[in-house]
Amino acid sequence: MSILEIVRFAIRGLFINRLRTALTMLGIMIGVASVIILLAVGNGSSKAIQSSLDRLGTNSLQVNSGARGFGGRRGGASATIRKPLTILDATALMDPIQAPDIKQVAPIANVNAACVIGTNTITPSTFVGTWPSYFEASNTQVLKGSYFTNDDVTQGRNVAVIGNTVATTLFGTDNPVGQTIRCGGIPFTIIGTTEVKGSTGFLDGDSLVVIPLTSAENSITGYQPLSSILVEAKSPTATTPAQTEITNILDARHGIKGNASADFSIFNQASLLTTSATSSQTFTTLLGAVAAISLLVGGIGITNIMLVTVVERTREIGIRKAIGAPKGAILSQFLIEATILSLFGGAFGVLLGILGSHFTISGTKPILVPASIFIAFGVSALIGVFFGGYPASRAASLRPIEALRHE
Amino acid sequence: MLQLAVAVVAAEAVDSVVDTQPVIEVQHAIKQYGVGEASIFALDDVSLTIAAGEYVAIMGPSGSGKSTLMNILGALDIMTSGKYFLDGIEISSMDENHLSIVRGRKIGFIFQSFNLIPRTSALANVELPMAYQGVKGAERRERAMVALEVVGLGDRVHHEPTELSGGQQQRVAVARALATRPALLLADEPTGALDTKSTNDLLDLFDQINAAGRTVIVITHEHDVAQRAKRIIRMRDGKIVSDELNKERVA
Repeated sequence: MSILEIVRFAIRGLFINRLRTALTMLGIMIGVASVIILLAVGNGSSKAIQSSLDRLGTNSLQVNSGARGFGGRRGGASATIRKPLTILDATALMDPIQAPDIKQVAPIANVNAACVIGTNTITPSTFVGTWPSYFEASNTQVLKGSYFTNDDVTQGRNVAVIGNTVATTLFGTDNPVGQTIRCGGIPFTIIGTTEVKGSTGFLDGDSLVVIPLTSAENSITGYQPLSSILVEAKSPTATTPAQTEITNILDARHGIKGNASADFSIFNQASLLTTSATSSQTFTTLLGAVAAISLLVGGIGITNIMLVTVVERTREIGIRKAIGAPKGAILSQFLIEATILSLFGGAFGVLLGILGSHFTISGTKPILVPASIFIAFGVSALIGVFFGGYPASRAASLRPIEALRHE
Repeated sequence: MLQLAVAVVAAEAVDSVVDTQPVIEVQHAIKQYGVGEASIFALDDVSLTIAAGEYVAIMGPSGSGKSTLMNILGALDIMTSGKYFLDGIEISSMDENHLSIVRGRKIGFIFQSFNLIPRTSALANVELPMAYQGVKGAERRERAMVALEVVGLGDRVHHEPTELSGGQQQRVAVARALATRPALLLADEPTGALDTKSTNDLLDLFDQINAAGRTVIVITHEHDVAQRAKRIIRMRDGKIVSDELNKERVA
């Protein structure tokens, strides 16, 4: 009795009841497809978080005025005098002895103004006056044109680097470099446009105008305390010691002692995103578990259908045994039937999964995990053997006289 | 053509059977159902010898133990105690897995309800036992075709059971039984579901098969059917009550 022969019997058995065969395969197919798609969604969302992590510059910390906000220190007693952040605070953070983990510092003055050229207007969501170190610390790269320089800051030149959203709103497809726009009524010459950043959550990273700190103060905002200080640590792992160094320096400068609450807060973007990356991993695990359960349900579907098939075909099994079919031949026939169900169900599931991963699902672009395809397919094949095993062994151990008597 | 085919089958039969050795030898067979007071002896110390080339009818009312005997002779069931030699091999101590091989090689079954595999052509049905024995495709097909010719169904090999009459289905079953060249053809109420004409055709076929040298055992409760055999064994309450040659046939 060749195995090929048994495979032929098995296929013939499956063709007898096509609808049932198709529905059983559907169970496995949905299981496999959901494993692939849900893992791809999980993978896609953690990739998305990872890339916004990269975009932000994982090394950066933001010091804000006031004790509010994420990562702020909360003490028992309230601060006696609230001191604003100043340029002197920023330069103090550049001390290589007290702050060895800090690479560079960029003081930031937020500007609230609209930019206009002709009839086109935009109010950038991020409009800052700062130092050239801002570009590196915030991982903002100029694509066309150039960055402004320390000299531009010293001289208070009215130059601007703009983001893609601002460029297209104001200039359409024209090259904005060299053009002049008016922001808050003051003319600024555009010297560069930045690389597309995409949006981070609800904030459009490309709705951006960056001008020298001095020109912002001279012409638009006036001389005011800094809105924040952007600090770049020397490496991603140095952000935590850098945060301590900032706290120590600013505590000393602002006269904050003991348990007194600070009048500034440090926003660690990396740690925020690491938290969301962790939660995204949990999310992926949960999705995977749900998918695995649906695969399991599909497997139980196979057991169920195979048990029904064995009962239905008891007489046929009896005939086969009476005319000399050994136990192994019957066992293999039903095992192969179950395996074919799960293999084909699995193969269709892989196709469906790959297809389904091309669609954006609740705002996440799924990214296929190649291993999940092999695992899901492999597991579905094993499911055939595992869940088909019990019905098959029941069929094989039927006693021929009883099986023949079955109506 | 038919005569020729029968001759071929006959020649094979003579080759495969050693004349001196009985095909069936049952010694003190007991089959007991249940235990203690409620136990029933379906076979109560039955001894039986059937030689090669015999045509035997086993008769008896229902409950006489003839079906139990048939199941044991057919290696479908095992007895509680006693010995059973089939074609010289002791099979009373074999397990189900070995029994299935013995059934495939030594016994050709014919059942009252035909027991063909549904939705499967006559040819595939006849090939099936040979497939389980590992006979290769081409040889299998040829032997199946010959067997179907012998039973007169050479023109209906691709019909499925539902496309054949009862008599034709039973003849497919006979072809299936013959194709494996068994030591023994075992028929359990083979005419029970057939009309008179089909019954006569089938019994004629049995005569031919037996004439060609094959051992035939028919279990029946019909007097007419039993009268076609050369030896008639009557059973009652699990015992053989008479065992005699059929004078009409053995002249």
